[in-house]
Amino acid sequence: MSCTAWVAAAATPGDLVAARVQMAFSLGWHIVIACFGVGMPGLAVFAEWRGLSTGDPAWDVLARTWARAMGVLFAVGAVSGTILSFEMGLLWPGLMGPFGDVIGLPFALEGFAFFIEAIFLGIWLYAWDRLPPRIHVLTGVPVLVAGVASAFFVVTANAWMNQPRGFDLVDGDVVGVRPWEAMFNPATPPQTVHMIIAAFMVAGFGMASVYAVGLLRGRRDRHHRLGFLVPFTVAAVLAPVQVVVGDWAAGFLAEYQPLKLAAIEGLSRTTAGASLSLGGIFVDGELRYALEIPNALSLLAHWDPDAVVLGLDQAPPELRPPVNVVHWSFQIMVGIGFALVALGAWLAWSWWRRRDLPGSPWFLRAAVLAGPAAAIALEAGWVVTEVGRQPWVVYGVLLTRDAVNPHPGLVAGLLTVLAVYAVLTVATVAVLRRLARRGPVAPQERTDAR
Amino acid sequence: MSAADALLAILWIGLTLYALLGGADFGAGLWDLLAGGAERGRPQRDLIEHSIGPVWEANHVWLIFVITLFWTAFPTAFAPFAATLYIPLTLAALGIIARGAAFAFRKASEELWLQRLFGAAFAFSSVVTPFFLGAIAGAVASGRVPARIEDGDVLGSWWNPTSVTVGLLAVGACAYLAAVYLCADARRAGQERLAEGFRRRALVTGVVVGVATVAAPLVVRADAPALVAGLTGRALPIALTSVLAGVASLGLLIARRYVLVRVTAALAVAAVIWGWGAAQYPQVLPGLSVPAAAGDPAVLSAVLWVLGIGALLLVPSLVFLFTVFQRERVAR
Repeated sequence: MSCTAWVAAAATPGDLVAARVQMAFSLGWHIVIACFGVGMPGLAVFAEWRGLSTGDPAWDVLARTWARAMGVLFAVGAVSGTILSFEMGLLWPGLMGPFGDVIGLPFALEGFAFFIEAIFLGIWLYAWDRLPPRIHVLTGVPVLVAGVASAFFVVTANAWMNQPRGFDLVDGDVVGVRPWEAMFNPATPPQTVHMIIAAFMVAGFGMASVYAVGLLRGRRDRHHRLGFLVPFTVAAVLAPVQVVVGDWAAGFLAEYQPLKLAAIEGLSRTTAGASLSLGGIFVDGELRYALEIPNALSLLAHWDPDAVVLGLDQAPPELRPPVNVVHWSFQIMVGIGFALVALGAWLAWSWWRRRDLPGSPWFLRAAVLAGPAAAIALEAGWVVTEVGRQPWVVYGVLLTRDAVNPHPGLVAGLLTVLAVYAVLTVATVAVLRRLARRGPVAPQERTDAR
Repeated sequence: MSAADALLAILWIGLTLYALLGGADFGAGLWDLLAGGAERGRPQRDLIEHSIGPVWEANHVWLIFVITLFWTAFPTAFAPFAATLYIPLTLAALGIIARGAAFAFRKASEELWLQRLFGAAFAFSSVVTPFFLGAIAGAVASGRVPARIEDGDVLGSWWNPTSVTVGLLAVGACAYLAAVYLCADARRAGQERLAEGFRRRALVTGVVVGVATVAAPLVVRADAPALVAGLTGRALPIALTSVLAGVASLGLLIARRYVLVRVTAALAVAAVIWGWGAAQYPQVLPGLSVPAAAGDPAVLSAVLWVLGIGALLLVPSLVFLFTVFQRERVAR
């Protein structure tokens, strides 16, 4: 069927907003949990392996404690991810009809990755007493590899929405699909690397912040120190790497999605020697009250202080993304990113000087906040990617309003979904808090079914 | 066989495996619901949790496999399917969330009131979800999902005699599969009394669901004539296989051959699904046949390669999973 036929079936504006909110909400919810699915197995398997190789029971306790939280988080992640595959079709049939096959390949690959993850997670979580220890630790490795692979495959599909390739449009019909070209598009390398590192940072800082609470309350035993240091160190080492990758991603935008970059910077007009804007509000087509750093944007985007940076004026007003949302989300992401780098540097300095955590309680207080902050940065970054692409669902090819389900009633669906997610959120937080409060699991205490 | 036909066959295998493996997990939730009070029902609930805990996530992935393969291989059919059936799809999705999350939450909870609360959510959604999934199948089977999105009836497509019948049969089939599956697990755990209980439940649900399945075409004949014509025509050998496997299962249950009955019970349910497929082929949706619904040939062949290579990883992994947990526990 041609694209124009799908356009003719557009829904009401209210249903479009409801569909967008529902997608944003369920994806934004899943993405945080999914980060733990990507980041936790590596840390837990590392702890189990250290326990085996050193014979130190503290590592074993740590691995089993994390395994319990993983059981909960994986279940919630799997089911909240399933909803997304339903929603792709029930909210956006105008995308999936013409382009379902174009983006199908990464989902087929992701299916296998998720299968391997679920199978070996089942084994790793429940066969602690059924397999010899050295085999058991090995069954955790596929969980780690498949988790990272899953994230990679899913993000390639999103990268395609930013840089659609691998098909031809003839009279509005999608023909001549080249699935590998669609999957490995120019947005794929920066976007996948940025997301996978973000996942490890969210998981690392998130896990560390739980132990930071315990340390602040005076539980300075080896379990709490290890539980804090291992995930925090991994996340803190990745934080500066993420700054470099973020710069790479911004360079990609300058070349391939200049309109998104213009929205990020609130740059109204195409400018040579453009300045970098911090803060400010976009009103009446201008960014006001921002702190401007002369020529810095041209320098960052093109490695030339006098380079021309395209402004919002490159597109007609109805095809521009909402500037304030994108601009401020970007500021929040970058601001938190640098704060996390600074926090890591604080620990590194203290460790270098005296092989210990910083003595100030302010360090631990900041570390408690680092977990939620990393999750906020993740959400903000995702808003930059997704809202910055609007009003397109497939950049330059298909408008979001032309992809939405034309049937009425999406508002009622949204309200139902919001209610269920509210209950799910409360229950997840309550269960995880109880698990954390219950404290470490002794090695002799079995973590499998009974 | 064209690439599209091959992918349709793989899709149907995936659907069958989800119906059997995921279905048994859903059915276990139903028996959890009917297990009785917290004290009396504890052994039964413990067995259920023990049996499905390690495997339910892997069993659940078959659904995601089917959905993503559907839109990849047959995008033109997937779009009106999902758009028209968004109400039961949303309800099934919410049931899946409630079920998976509540199961994990119950396992992680120690207080009785929390176990009860999450247990109720797990068990209730285990019954509701297969009903909606069955109603969705009934909507497609009775030709109520038109090929154009705008023509779809968002309520009547799934709220009609055929869909409701198939939905109820789905709940019953899940209960039957679970009871059969749990017989052998209970015996292996050395719990003969529980095994006897599940044997009785399997016999009762087997008879009820079997009679209902055979009688269903009479109910839906006026509603979905093409489906019934297909089932009693081209698909008749498959339908008869289902009946024979069902009768054999009852005999094996009476003889307490719990491992063998898993095979025949699975065959009885699988044959219903394949009978539906054979009755409807080559129509995916009314007026939309397999070649017309299929995606781009380059994608189909790439996906076939991926599935072939992926199976080399997947099959040994699945065998490992099921053997680890079907063996007797190794001594520590």
